[in-house]
Amino acid sequence: MKQFEALTRKTDHQAVRYLVVDDSVFARKSLAKMIESFGGQVVGEAGDGCTAITEYARTKPDIVLMDITMPQMEGIEAVERIVQDHPEARIVMVSSVGYQDNILAALQKGARHFVQKPVKPDALYEIIRYVLNDDGVTAPVGAGGEKSR
Amino acid sequence: MRMDLIQPFIGSLDAVLAEMMNAPARIVDLTMEPEGYRRKGMAASVVFRGQIEGRVILDMDPGAAAQVASYLTGGDVNPTEPMVPETVCELANMVIGNAVTLLNDRGFQFKVFPPEILTQEQCEAAGQACEATILCFETTRGNVHLNISMQYHARRSRERSSVTVS
Repeated sequence: MKQFEALTRKTDHQAVRYLVVDDSVFARKSLAKMIESFGGQVVGEAGDGCTAITEYARTKPDIVLMDITMPQMEGIEAVERIVQDHPEARIVMVSSVGYQDNILAALQKGARHFVQKPVKPDALYEIIRYVLNDDGVTAPVGAGGEKSR
Repeated sequence: MRMDLIQPFIGSLDAVLAEMMNAPARIVDLTMEPEGYRRKGMAASVVFRGQIEGRVILDMDPGAAAQVASYLTGGDVNPTEPMVPETVCELANMVIGNAVTLLNDRGFQFKVFPPEILTQEQCEAAGQACEATILCFETTRGNVHLNISMQYHARRSRERSSVTVS
């Protein structure tokens, strides 16, 4: 997989920390692989919305990648609950279903962005840079042990 | 079955396979099956309900699914590993999700349910309920079959679009 310039946190120049939420193990592994290529670190995984809420509180990630259609509790409800307790949460919805209604509902509940599956690494990288905004920086070549392009 | 409703599924499968297998796919066969469907490999079904109701079965060779999993997760995946049915489910999820997004953009409302792996018996039972259109796509890593069965509820659409004048 293509390697990107590592994205780091502006405050301490450490790797950006991610929580990956998807009921598909395959999807989680695939996203984890992309995160690795961005120089990021997966600090937690969840297969449903309920687990995502507890994992968020436990790991306090910089970015959450959240599926929509999941058992027990769907992604949009999980976003609402997480943002209620943690208004600073940066959540990116990742779903194969890109209905306008779904996207609007997620954004209204506090999600920051949406990306449709199959996820293209270049698109996700740009979205994460955008969502991190001033809190994320691109590390210089070789910083943090990550390869540059 | 209305071809305008099937077309988004064809386009979606084509696009998803090209992205996930990093290789082109082409349709080599199209059949109508009024009776039981015999699974060719590993099959996952996605059900949707609303103005259009039905189910789509994605059926692919476990070897091909293992290659997709290996390509995307960056490690060697054996066709017998649990990751293989997971891969088929996620591919089905993407194909159906992208197709119903296109149909939703055309004004059709429905809800999609999570994918499920089907046994041979479940496949046959699913095929007996109603007529299905089966598309066979050839890829460099084996054939992929898409079994589509759906009904368009015109009455529900009219009811939803009707306006009450008082």
